[in-house]
Amino acid sequence: MELFWELLVSGLLVVGGFFGLVGSYGLVKLPDPMTRLHAPTKAATLGVGSVLIASMVYFAAFKGQVTAHELMVTLFLFLTAPVTAHFIAKANMLRDHRPEDLPRPEGEGDWAVYTPMSDTSAEELVETPELTDEDRR
Amino acid sequence: MIGYALAFAIGCFALALLFNLYRVVRAPGVTDRILALDTMAVNAIALIVLFGIQEGTAIFFEASILYAMTGFVATVAYAKFLLRGDIIE
Repeated sequence: MELFWELLVSGLLVVGGFFGLVGSYGLVKLPDPMTRLHAPTKAATLGVGSVLIASMVYFAAFKGQVTAHELMVTLFLFLTAPVTAHFIAKANMLRDHRPEDLPRPEGEGDWAVYTPMSDTSAEELVETPELTDEDRR
Repeated sequence: MIGYALAFAIGCFALALLFNLYRVVRAPGVTDRILALDTMAVNAIALIVLFGIQEGTAIFFEASILYAMTGFVATVAYAKFLLRGDIIE
């Protein structure tokens, strides 16, 4: 049984190190900013996640300390990685792309990055039909 | 066996931090620098956790949680500053 836990922890550590390295190598290697955004936010997050799970398994199997701290860190990283990627992509759009070069988004309005002061949600509120007495019946 | 895997993982993340440092120093645009700094924070979390496994103590998790939080807030603040010229409007 001990061998199984050792194999599991070692495998998770090797996979985590590999993916962390691949994510950071992609940051150096890939050609343009939007593809560079792709590598670390996915691969590096996966690598760190498997390292954290390896740590959790290690402390549970060999030290007798069953904790959920690592799961908290993993959850936090997995929740925040898309948010940071989205923010960096928006900043990149604003700095490196002109709105004429991009396809228009669906529906009314333009990309919110280029028209920050417009409030499309207010127009949507006006356009939604109010409930009449017949609908309520 | 865990010792070898641990050494391999620490080496991988150290090399990854060097790649990130290269990208921070020689970046084509400022968003690449932000992305590289964010990835550095993520890789540093992995290194802290690996050091915790090596030492056999669970005391480094608080450090990694704090690192994750400050890294996230710093990245969002930097991107927000680029987007709007202001962080809290």
